[in-house]
Amino acid sequence: MTIGHYLLRRLAFALLLVLLVSSAAFLLTRLAPGDFTIEQGLTITAEERARLAADLGLDRPLAVQYGAWLGRAVRLDFGPSFLYSRPVADLLGERAANTAVLALAALIVATVLGVPAGVLSGRRAGATRRVVRGVSLLLLSVPPLVSSLVLVWIAARTGWLPLGGMTSLASDGSWSGWVADLARHLPLPVLALALPVAATLERLQSQALAEASREPFVAAAVARGLSWDRAVAAHAWPASLRAVLSVYGLIIGALFSGSFIVEVVTAWPGLGRLMYDALRARDLYLVAGCAATGAAFLAVGTLVSDLLLRWADPRLGGGGVSR
Amino acid sequence: MTRTALLLAATLGALAMAGPWIAPYAPQAQHRDFMHAPPMPPRVIDEGGLRAPFARPVVLADRLDQRYEVDEGRALPLPWGAPAGSDPVFLLGSDRLGRDVLSRVLHGARASLGLALVSTLGALLVGALLGAWAGYRGGWPDEVLMRVSEFVLVLPLVYVVLALRAVLPLVLPGTTVFLVMAGIFTLVAWPWAARGVRGIVAAERERDYVAAARAAGASPARVIWRHLLPACAGYLAVQATLLLPGFILAEATLSFIGLGFPDSLPSWGTMLAEAANVSSLARFPWTLAPAVAIFLVVLATNIAIERHGHTPLPIDRGTR
Repeated sequence: MTIGHYLLRRLAFALLLVLLVSSAAFLLTRLAPGDFTIEQGLTITAEERARLAADLGLDRPLAVQYGAWLGRAVRLDFGPSFLYSRPVADLLGERAANTAVLALAALIVATVLGVPAGVLSGRRAGATRRVVRGVSLLLLSVPPLVSSLVLVWIAARTGWLPLGGMTSLASDGSWSGWVADLARHLPLPVLALALPVAATLERLQSQALAEASREPFVAAAVARGLSWDRAVAAHAWPASLRAVLSVYGLIIGALFSGSFIVEVVTAWPGLGRLMYDALRARDLYLVAGCAATGAAFLAVGTLVSDLLLRWADPRLGGGGVSR
Repeated sequence: MTRTALLLAATLGALAMAGPWIAPYAPQAQHRDFMHAPPMPPRVIDEGGLRAPFARPVVLADRLDQRYEVDEGRALPLPWGAPAGSDPVFLLGSDRLGRDVLSRVLHGARASLGLALVSTLGALLVGALLGAWAGYRGGWPDEVLMRVSEFVLVLPLVYVVLALRAVLPLVLPGTTVFLVMAGIFTLVAWPWAARGVRGIVAAERERDYVAAARAAGASPARVIWRHLLPACAGYLAVQATLLLPGFILAEATLSFIGLGFPDSLPSWGTMLAEAANVSSLARFPWTLAPAVAIFLVVLATNIAIERHGHTPLPIDRGTR
C-alpha cells in the first residue's frame, strides 16, 4: 500500500470517527432530560422559557434539529453557543489552541526529561539505574489529578508560580508581555501533565535500550574495538527507538485525557474546561462541537505518531497501526 | 503475575470491605469545635518514658482564623475504644466541617476501591467472554467485534464518559451512581481485555489439546471456559492491574467535577473536590489525604506490573 492510500484511508476513518462522536454527543445531550432553558432555573418564567426555546430552535423535533445541525456542521459551522452567545466554531478554535499549547509543551517536556533519563538508566546496571527507576515508579503513580493538586498546593505555599489561569490581567497588553505572562502560567499545568508521561518514557527507553544492548550487533561493535558507551550510542540506541516511538500514539491520548482534569484544577481555559461548562449548562451545540474537536485531536495525534513510527521503522511498510 | 494480581485485588478488596469498620468516627459526624483541626499524630514517648500510644489534644487558638495550638500538658487515648465523651482525636486532621479525615478516607475506600474493583471485574468478564467467543468462532462475529473494539479504543473517552454521565440527572442516590459508573466504565474498557483474549484464543484454538477436548465431545462453551480462558489468565491479570488505577482515577475525576458520587457518600474524589479550594489548600494540606491514598494504590499496582517486566503506562484506561 502506498503512503497516499494509507493517508487517505486513515483520514477517512478519522472523519467517520469525528462524525460519529459528535453525532452521539448531540443525540445524547438532546435526548437527556432537561435542556439549556431548564438550566436557567427559576430566573425566567414559563412563557419566557418557551420563547427562549423557540428562539434557540430547541422546540423542533429531534430529527429536524439534528438534520439542520449536521447540514451546517459539515461546512464547519457548528451553530451558536447558548452559554457564551458566540459561534461555537470561534470558541472551539480559541480553546483547542490553548489545549494544544498545554499538551504540546507537556509532550516536549516529557520527552526532554524522559528519554535521556531512560538512556542513562538503560545503559548499564548499577546505582544510577536503581535510583532513576525508583523516581520513575513514584512519578508514574502520581496521576494528573493528584499532581496538579499537589503543585497548586506548593505554588500556594511558596508563591513561586501563579495558581491557575493562562494569563493575568496584570499583563501590559504588549506581545512580549503576553508571552512572558504565559511563560509564568505554563510550568504548573505542564509539569502536572508531563511528569508521569516522562516517567513512562524513561521506563520504556530504559527497558528497550537494555534489551537492544544484548543484541549480537552491539557485541560485534564492541569486538571491533568500540567503547561500550560508543557502541550503545551508535548501535543500541537507534534500535531501541522503535519501542519508544510506538507508544507516542498512546501518550498523546494520555496527555489529552490528563489535560482535562489539569485544566479544571488549574483553570486553564482549554477544550476540557469548555466541554465541562457546556455539559453543565446543557449547551447542546457546544457539547457536540467539543466532542468533534476532541475526536479530531485524538485522530490527528495517533495519525502523526503512526507516521513517525513508519519513518523510524521502514519495515512497517504496510498499514502498521501502533497500539 | 496472576498470583500478584489476585493478592493485590484481595488486599484492596479487604481494605474496601473493612474500611468503615476500622474508621474511628462516622464519616458525616461533625465536630463543630474542631473545623480544620490539624493532624494529631500518635505518640509513644511521654516525659522521657514509653507508654501506650496517645495523642496530644489541640486547642482552638483563634476561631476565625481556624488556628490551633497543641496542648502539651494533656494526653488523649487513641480514638479506638476511647471512653465516650472524651475529646476527639483526628489522626489525619479534620475537614472544613470538623469531620475526621481518616474516617472519611477509610469510608471513601469502599466507594472508590469498590467501584474500581467491580468495574475491573466487569470489563474483564465482558471482554474475556466476547473476545473468547470471537476468537473461537472466527468469521463475521470476529470481524464485527474487532471493528467495534477498535472504534471504542480510539474514542476520546473522557468526553464519552462525561457525556454518558451527564445524560442522567446530576443528583442520584449513591448506589445508583455506583451502578451507573460501573456500567459506563465497563462499557468503555472491555475492548482492552477483548482484543488480547481474542488473539490468544485464536492461536490456542489450533493446538492439540483443544482438538482433543473437542473430539471428546466438549461443547464450544465448555472448551472456551475450561480450556481456553485459563490460557488467558496471565494476560487478564496484567490487564486488571492496568485497568484498576485507571478506574480509581476515573471515579476521582468524575466525583471531582461533581458528576460522580453525591456529597453524602464520601469517596476519594468527592473529598478531593472539597479540598481543592486554593485558599484552604495552602493552609490545610492534610485534606489532600485521599490524594495520598490514590497515590499509594497506584504505586502498588505499578510495582506489581513493573516486577513482572511490563511497563506501567499512565494511560487512564477508564478515562482516555
